Amino acid sequence: MAVPILKQGQYLIATIQSALSDVDLTHLQDALVGQVGKLRSRGVIVDVTALDVMDSYASRTLRDLAHMIRLRGAETVIVGIQPEVAFSMVQLGLTLEGVSTALDLEEALLHLGQKTKRPQQRDKPS
Amino acid sequence: MADLESSFNQLTEMGESISTLLRELVAHLRESRTQLRQEWARRITEAKLLTAMSADEVFNEATAVYDQYVEALETGTFEALQTYARNLSERIIPRGVEIHEVVGIVLLLRDVLARSLFAKFQGDFGKLNRILDAYEPAANRIANTVAVGFVQERERIIREQQEAIRELSTPVLQVRERLLILPIIGVIDPHRARQLTEQLLRGIRTNRAKVVVIDITGVAAMDSNIANHIVQTVEASRLLGATVIVTGLSPEIAQTLVNIGVDLGKMTTVGDLQGGIEEAERLLGYKVVPTEEQTQQA
Repeated sequence: MAVPILKQGQYLIATIQSALSDVDLTHLQDALVGQVGKLRSRGVIVDVTALDVMDSYASRTLRDLAHMIRLRGAETVIVGIQPEVAFSMVQLGLTLEGVSTALDLEEALLHLGQKTKRPQQRDKPS
Repeated sequence: MADLESSFNQLTEMGESISTLLRELVAHLRESRTQLRQEWARRITEAKLLTAMSADEVFNEATAVYDQYVEALETGTFEALQTYARNLSERIIPRGVEIHEVVGIVLLLRDVLARSLFAKFQGDFGKLNRILDAYEPAANRIANTVAVGFVQERERIIREQQEAIRELSTPVLQVRERLLILPIIGVIDPHRARQLTEQLLRGIRTNRAKVVVIDITGVAAMDSNIANHIVQTVEASRLLGATVIVTGLSPEIAQTLVNIGVDLGKMTTVGDLQGGIEEAERLLGYKVVPTEEQTQQA
């Protein structure tokens, strides 16, 4: 099942709506990394609220995704990890190191707003 | 074949005779109810059992137990007695009645009844023996049932209390908008550690917390399992988008943690709870200013 990617201002929002196969995940990764450059986005939000399992492949893909997007000049926030999922991930040693996380979409937008503030101001003509 | 038949007949005879004997026994116990009951109550007082209850109460309970006892002997079923024993336990456990008292009074009743049987059948030893053969197993089973009922009831109460203590032991408190405090006091066992994590993660969700202060001033000791669990909790909270500050590590715990080589790099630690809350407020962008200063500034 493909994941819809929505453009919202300077950000891209991908909401995962059901369990994803490894292939779907790779597709999502490719699409996001591509779109970030094409749409000149400053931030990417991946919403995983609907996931009640997160295996090692998924969390590694998300981590790599975040690192790739940073290389493309944008920030990534993973949003809505369920409490149970969070704890089992940590027990498996999948801690998404170096990746920003937030409670929900609103938080993530705030977070990205703070992180991408300066470049935005620089863009404005003085 | 003939042998078998005869032994079978013998068995049926014995079976019949046991039930006849029990019937006779029950009749005798019913007849001397008043006297035996009094004797029993007297022996209970004499043995200084059930001191938590008044004489009247002891007598009333004794009457009820006596009747249940005779009924159990008569019918050979123990369900009614079991229920009664459980009810009785429920009533008397909160008043501090101990297991040795309960077993003591049931054994006393057994002795009182056995004595009365001796007295009645002392002329005929053969018959006395047969009566006791019928009486003893039943009486022992009754004693067993009552004791087990009492212990089960007590275990149930203990379980309930454990549950209640567990519930109380891990409060997640909101002190400011988006700031939670989790004070931990006492020993952390694996079960409690897991519960703690669950409650904290759920609390972060429901209160939309951004910063959590875990205060472990009240924790005397910590082993590597628990330390790792706390590190994991901190990580899991981060995945939910919350920052965790751990405060109040005692010198002993600090030494243990360093000695066992727990990776504390991922944890923010602050000396005491006050410092932790101040740090949390800083992270959240709060600034606490005395009212005077505030008015001066304004």
